[in-house]
Amino acid sequence: MVPVSYYLALAVIMFFIGIVGVLVRRNALIVFMSLELMFNAANLVLVTFARQFGAMNGQITVFFVMTVAAAEVAIGLALMVVIFRTKHSIDIDQVNSLKG
Amino acid sequence: METGILLFSLVAVIVIGTSLGMLISRNAVYSALFLVLNFSAVAVLYITLGAPFIAMAQVTVYAGAIMVLFLFVIMQLGAERLEDEWKNRRQHMLAILFAVIFLGEIFWLAILQSGLPTTALIMPPSDYASPSQIGMTLFSNYLLPFEITSFILLVAIIGAVVLTRTEIPVKKPVVRPGKE
Repeated sequence: MVPVSYYLALAVIMFFIGIVGVLVRRNALIVFMSLELMFNAANLVLVTFARQFGAMNGQITVFFVMTVAAAEVAIGLALMVVIFRTKHSIDIDQVNSLKG
Repeated sequence: METGILLFSLVAVIVIGTSLGMLISRNAVYSALFLVLNFSAVAVLYITLGAPFIAMAQVTVYAGAIMVLFLFVIMQLGAERLEDEWKNRRQHMLAILFAVIFLGEIFWLAILQSGLPTTALIMPPSDYASPSQIGMTLFSNYLLPFEITSFILLVAIIGAVVLTRTEIPVKKPVVRPGKE
């Protein structure tokens, strides 16, 4: 079987790619997908440590993370549809109306 | 080489490759499809970690429901090719620099310095994280968070409907005869 640190390293790399996606991409949908990637990395760490310590709590937490992520995606995509209706773009650089 | 390590490396290559594909791809539809593959590969990792129920939930909820929602919105908005040129090159360089620093920091602290056992994971007991055990834990110790979760989902449904509603129906003044 595989040591814990391998799974952790994979999760860290996934999280890193997610961070780069959020910081670099300007399409708001891709930014959202990068967020999902970061959620996924966190879930992987939770499941890994649940296995490491033989406890169930980590896996239960993953359920709640999934549920909240689903709710967040529903609201976020609805917001994106509304922004697209008013601005005709979902480029996040266009959403700067509050900029002084 | 051991089969467990071999399987892990294969899946890890798929996970990292699809993540990078999601990040680099110009077309948002391709990004979404890469992400579906990524979620499925992570589900395989969950199975190797002894979490079959989480793996199935991952496939149905993430790869099934959430990504289908993404694809619907991409196609509805026609927003698959919104950014053609990469402006702000300096900002990108700075962002990637800081992300790499963060990556190195996490690697140093969480993996090299943490003193985690480098031996392989032991086999769990045979009924570890079976669906029935997960159900028992979820509905005994975590009953209140479970109920709160259902409330969160309800609020999300209502919020999505209210936000995307196009027109607000105009209320007509009610004419009451005999009032004047």
